[in-house]
Amino acid sequence: MVPLSWYLIFAALLFSIGMFGVLSRRNAVAILLGIELMLNSVNINLAAFWRYGDVTQMAGQVFAIIVFAVAAAEVAVGLALVISVYRRRNTVIADDINMMKW
Amino acid sequence: MTGEQIIFLVVAFFTLGSGFMVVTTRNLVHAAFWLVSTLFGVAVVFALLNASFLAVVQVVVYIGAIAILFIFAVMLTRKDMRDQGPQMNPGWWFGALISVLVFLGLVFLLQGWSGLSTTASAMPSDFDAISELGNVLVSPDAYVLPFEVASVLLVAALIGAVYVAFNRK
Amino acid sequence: MSFWNDPLKVAADWLMGIFTGWGMPGIAAQILIGFLGILFLLSLLMVLDIFLVWVERKVVSRFQDRIGPNRVGPFGLIQPFADIIKLLIKEDITPDGADKVVYNLAPLLSMMSVLILWAVMPLAPRMIGVDLNIGALYIIAAGAIGTLSIIMAGWASNNKYALIGAFRQVAVMVAFEIPMLTMLLIPTIFAGSMGFNAITEAQDVWFVWLAPLAALIFLIAAIAELGRAPFDMAEGESELVAGYNTEYSGMKFGMFYAGELLHAFTFGGFWAILFFGGYRFFGLEQVSAFLAVAVILFKAFIGYWIIMWVRYTLLRIRIDHMLGFNWKFLTPLGFVLLMVVALLNALLAGTPAWLYVAAMFLSNVILGLIALEIARSYSRKEREKVEGVRQVVEARH
Repeated sequence: MVPLSWYLIFAALLFSIGMFGVLSRRNAVAILLGIELMLNSVNINLAAFWRYGDVTQMAGQVFAIIVFAVAAAEVAVGLALVISVYRRRNTVIADDINMMKW
Repeated sequence: MTGEQIIFLVVAFFTLGSGFMVVTTRNLVHAAFWLVSTLFGVAVVFALLNASFLAVVQVVVYIGAIAILFIFAVMLTRKDMRDQGPQMNPGWWFGALISVLVFLGLVFLLQGWSGLSTTASAMPSDFDAISELGNVLVSPDAYVLPFEVASVLLVAALIGAVYVAFNRK
Repeated sequence: MSFWNDPLKVAADWLMGIFTGWGMPGIAAQILIGFLGILFLLSLLMVLDIFLVWVERKVVSRFQDRIGPNRVGPFGLIQPFADIIKLLIKEDITPDGADKVVYNLAPLLSMMSVLILWAVMPLAPRMIGVDLNIGALYIIAAGAIGTLSIIMAGWASNNKYALIGAFRQVAVMVAFEIPMLTMLLIPTIFAGSMGFNAITEAQDVWFVWLAPLAALIFLIAAIAELGRAPFDMAEGESELVAGYNTEYSGMKFGMFYAGELLHAFTFGGFWAILFFGGYRFFGLEQVSAFLAVAVILFKAFIGYWIIMWVRYTLLRIRIDHMLGFNWKFLTPLGFVLLMVVALLNALLAGTPAWLYVAAMFLSNVILGLIALEIARSYSRKEREKVEGVRQVVEARH
């Protein structure tokens, strides 16, 4: 039987990898890819806590589903923003989108 | 080491390797395809956790919709199909440092927790997790409110995305 | 006698006896038997696929007033083998600038997305790969893999026709997934389960009598999902060469082609399972498992034949009309139908069966007529607009 710690450490590693992507990538789409990895690691944690806790309490699965919905919404709006920015400024490099900075 | 542990390790290494490729590969379309394989790995992890509904929804929503959206977005936002220039920030090592520190911090926190080495009890044989999940999602004394709020959020995101990405000539 | 009722279990027990007789541990023998079962099913499917090539070519030639393949073997039955040999000995070209790994992976994924569908297909009362209790969602998940394979093929070919074809096909597939999923929920409401075995068992009355409109919408969505005419904009020969598989040659093209045929047959089968009682036919399935398999294959062939009939009769639809048809007509209609069915199902609980069936059938027919009337008035308005423009143009000349 796999102990809970394996799942948690696995999720933590995936979270760190996603975080590295968010912090280090230049392309805005790649940053969103990193965010997806982080959301997935959260989902693994939720499902693992559901399985290793009281199985009849569905809170873990329910919130994993809500994370799915939030992730879909986030991707739709995020990518729409990226495409809109690309149309106006002709770039998707996060560093170059600095109109609001001075 | 039992068979289940071996399967978990194989899937975990596959998922983490693909995840690593997502954040490091230079070609963005490849990054999106690696994301797909990471999501597959996570779906298998859900299946290992007996959360079969989550596993299938992971494939439907993440691979069928989100990954496809990413691939479209990558293809729509480039001047040509080659990737030029560095894909990383000049300060990428700082990001790497922070992520390693976050990971170490998480492991440190986990170590002090008593419930860490819990093993799962067997699934009750007469317990149907999927119908229970369906019941709690729409039952007023459980999670109907978060469920409805999530649906409102999805509609808002749909309208917002169409409005933002619409090409006003 | 029991072999005729449950051949899989008898065969598995027999193999188990042999393997454990060789001194193999029980768990390993079980895994090996599972693999053998998968291999057996897949080989049968591939043989069926070869046969489907012949069926498709014969049927299309009859629709087009031709005879079709008739030279190789009786009725041209050996023709598909000749086709396969031709495909195998063709030069296998990978275009310059293609992304090799993705390019070679795409046909495999395309074939896989079809084959994994058969894991949840109930062939006889006790003959089903896995009786998943989320079977309906599983179909959509397999479709997601098919979508992925198409975008991989289109992008990795490094060819603009392939990419445009893939974009169109993926847009259509993602869009038509929504009415399809909605229609999958209607048998789920009737049966109270998403598992296909439970759905088949629940059909004392075929679900097509309960929800004829749902069966029709599911068929339309399935045809669009398959990318067959009238929804085969992605392969519009006159403008896109051959769509996403333009650059593929030899057996890689063959895998796309065979996958498409088997996919059509598989959806014929799922249409039969969801709405036409699956393997059930007046108690025939209780006599022998082989008869049950014959019944479902026959029903699947009828579904496949209807898909072919539509394909070779109707014209190709323009891409914006296709997506507009989905988003503005099929999806709202599907949602309304789902709500009506769910509401009636709740209201009519406990009423006699004939009332339930009659109310469901009538509500479906009325809803379908209302939807048709709305579509007709819309198209009349559109036609007036177009003809008004034409009159203005003619008046100027």
